[in-house]
Amino acid sequence: MRIRAVEETIAERYSEQKMRCPTHLSIGQEAPAAAAGAVLMATDMAVSGHRAHAHYLAKGGNLAAMIAEIYGKVTGCSRGKGGSMHLVDEAVGFMGSTAIVGGTVPVGVGLALSRAIAARGEIVCVFMGDAVMETGVFYESANFAAVHRLPVLFVCENNLYSVYSPLEVRQPSGRSLANTADALGLTSVSGDGNDVLASYDLIKAAADRARDGQGPQFIELATYRWREHCGPMYDNNIGYRSEAEFEAWKAKDPIPRLTLALQRDGTIDPAWIDAVTQEICAEVEEAFVFAEKSPFPPPSDAFTDLYSKEVVSYHR
Amino acid sequence: MTYAQAIRDGLSVALAQDPSVLVYGLGVPDPKGVFGTTLDLHKDHGPSRVFDMPTSENAMTGIAIGAALGGLRPVLTHQRLDFALLSLDQIINNAAKWRFMFGGKRSVPITIRMILGRGWGQGPTHSQNLQALFAQIPGLCVVSPTTPADAKGLLLSSIFGEDPVIFLEHRWLHNVKGEVPEGDYRVPIGKASLMRSGTEVTVVAMSLMSLEAVHAVDHLAKQGVSCDLIDLRSLRPIDWQMIEASVRRTGRLLVLDGGHETGGIAGEIIAHIVTRCWPDLRVAPMRLAMPDVPEATSPALTKGYHVRAEHVAAAITQLVGRNLETASLAAARQYPHDVPGDWFQGPF
Ligand SMILES: Cc1ncc(C[n+]2csc(CCOP(=O)(O)OP(=O)(O)O)c2C)c(N)n1
Ligand SMILES: [Mg+2]
Repeated sequence: MRIRAVEETIAERYSEQKMRCPTHLSIGQEAPAAAAGAVLMATDMAVSGHRAHAHYLAKGGNLAAMIAEIYGKVTGCSRGKGGSMHLVDEAVGFMGSTAIVGGTVPVGVGLALSRAIAARGEIVCVFMGDAVMETGVFYESANFAAVHRLPVLFVCENNLYSVYSPLEVRQPSGRSLANTADALGLTSVSGDGNDVLASYDLIKAAADRARDGQGPQFIELATYRWREHCGPMYDNNIGYRSEAEFEAWKAKDPIPRLTLALQRDGTIDPAWIDAVTQEICAEVEEAFVFAEKSPFPPPSDAFTDLYSKEVVSYHR
Repeated sequence: MTYAQAIRDGLSVALAQDPSVLVYGLGVPDPKGVFGTTLDLHKDHGPSRVFDMPTSENAMTGIAIGAALGGLRPVLTHQRLDFALLSLDQIINNAAKWRFMFGGKRSVPITIRMILGRGWGQGPTHSQNLQALFAQIPGLCVVSPTTPADAKGLLLSSIFGEDPVIFLEHRWLHNVKGEVPEGDYRVPIGKASLMRSGTEVTVVAMSLMSLEAVHAVDHLAKQGVSCDLIDLRSLRPIDWQMIEASVRRTGRLLVLDGGHETGGIAGEIIAHIVTRCWPDLRVAPMRLAMPDVPEATSPALTKGYHVRAEHVAAAITQLVGRNLETASLAAARQYPHDVPGDWFQGPF
C-alpha cells in the first residue's frame, strides 16, 4: 500500500516537469517486492535494476531520500547524481540499482560471495525483470553462483514485457524462465506474483534454503505493470498490448487481494486499513515536501565523487 | 523532413533495394519504432527482415557479424550507446579484426546505430558519447552525421559499404529538419562538409556540436569574424585534407568535441595539426569538450556541463584576440538547458 501510494503520487506530479529523469513505476506489480521485503532481514542485501522504487522501499530504503533523488536534490540518496534509476541506501542493505539491464546481477552474486565468506548467514536478493533472462551476464553469474553454492535469491518479476516487446519475441515458446534457471543449477520455483502471501511463502522458503547453505535460488513471479514502461501515463492505446489483457490483470490487483484475505482471517479490519492509509498519506506528503524544499546540489558537485581522492581538479 | 525521418527513409530505401539488408534491435518493430526511425518498417518489408531482439547485445552483434559473413547486410540499432557497450567484445575482437586477421578474405559489412542521449536526467548510464573509444579501433569506421541529408546519405553508404560502421546519432538531432534527397542518396564516409566558409578561424565539430558552432559562427560573422566551420561527419577516417587546407589558410584552430576531453577526438585533431601544420599556426589551437566526469542526473548538475554556442563564441573571440559580444547567445535560448526544444519533455 505504501509503495502504491508513493508511486501514484509520483505519477500524479510527474507532469509538473520537476522530476526530470526517466522514471519506471512498479504500480500493479508491487507484490514480489513487498513479499521479499518482508522476508529479508535488515542485515541481508539487495540490488535491482531500472524499475527499483518498490525494491528500495521494500528493503527499508529512506522514502524522503528517494523522492529527493528523483527531484535531483542534494538530499537525495545519491546526492542528485543518479536519479530514479540509481537508488542506494546502504544503511538498510540496499546496495544499489542501475539502469543497464542485467548490470547488477553479477554485482549481487559478488555481494553473495562476500556474505558467504563472512559466514553470518546473510543472503543477497537480486531483483530482476524477465528481460534479464536474455542477457549473457545472467547465465555467467548464475553459473558461478551455482558452482560456489552462494546464498543468493534471484527474484524475477515476469511482467510479460520488456518495454513494448512481448515475451514471445524474446523467449522460445514452451520454455519457462524457471525451467531455464533450474537447468543452470538454481533451485527454481514459480508462482502468482500478484498474490503477496503466496509470493511471501515462496521467497521465505527459498531464503531459508539459501541461508541453510543450499545454494542459489530462483523465484519467478508472474505479474503485470499497469502504466507505461517509462513514465507516469497509461499506454495501452499505442497497440503493443490489449485493453482486455490489461483489465484482466488489473482485476488481480495485489493490494485488495491481500487486504481482503487478511480481513477474512481477522488479522486486520477496515479501521486498521483506514489508519494505515492515513499514516501513509501523511508520510508521502512529507517526503514530497522535503524533496521540494531541499536545495539542488551546488554546480561544483558535478565534478566531485569520481575518485576516492580528488586526484585532479576538473574545471573547464 | 526530420533527422529521424531521414534515418527511416534511408533504412526503407536500403530494404527496398537490396533483399540482403536486415534491420533489427530492441524495439525496432514496436509502436514507437525507435523514436520514429524504424516506425512500421516491418509492415513494409516483412518481419523476417525487420525484427525485435532479446536484450542480448553482445550475442546479437556477433550474430550480425555472422550474418554479414554469410552474405547479409545487417543494421543493428541501440536506443543508447550505453547499451551497446555490452557488445564491445564482438565489435572490437571480431567485427573490427575479421578482415585483417584472416588475411583480407572477407569483409564484415555491418552498420551499428547507437543513439547518444543527453539531458533531462539521462544521467551517467544513458548519456555517454564514447565516440573516441570506437574511433580508436583500427578496422572500424565511425560516422556521426549532423544534418538530416547527411544522416540518410551516410546511413546508405554505411549499409552498402564493405566495412563495419559505428553510426552515431544524437537524440537531440532527431527533430532537426532539413532537405533530404530522394532515393539512394549517398554521402561518402571519410569526407567532411564545409558548413560555413571563412578566413580567420577554422572551427572543427561534429554532430550536435556542429549546430552549436553554427549559432556561434553566424553570431560572430555579424561582428566581422570570418570562420571556416568544418562538420566532420566521419570520425574515422577523418578528412585530414580539408582540415589541413583550412588551417593553412586561417592559422587558427578550434575543435569541438561531444565526448570527454581526455583521449578525445579534439585532442587527436589538434595533435595531428600541430605536428603537420606547425609553421602555419598563428596561435595555440583550442578545444572544447565534455569535462572528464560523467553526466549527472540532476538538472542542477548539467547546467554548466555541456559546450554551448556561447562557449564556442568565447573561444573564437579569444583566438582572434578581439573584443566581441557573445553573451546574447545564451540569453536568446528559449528552453531549459536540459532539453533541445519544446518537442522533448522526457522521459527518454
Ligand atoms: C543492456 C540494456 N539494453 C537495453 C536497455 C533498455 N531497456 C531499459 S528497461 C528495458 C526492459 C527491461 O525489461 P524487464 O527486465 O522485463 O523489466 P521491466 O521493465 O519489464 O520491469 C530495456 C530493454 C537497457 N537499459 N540496458
Ligand atoms: Mg518485464
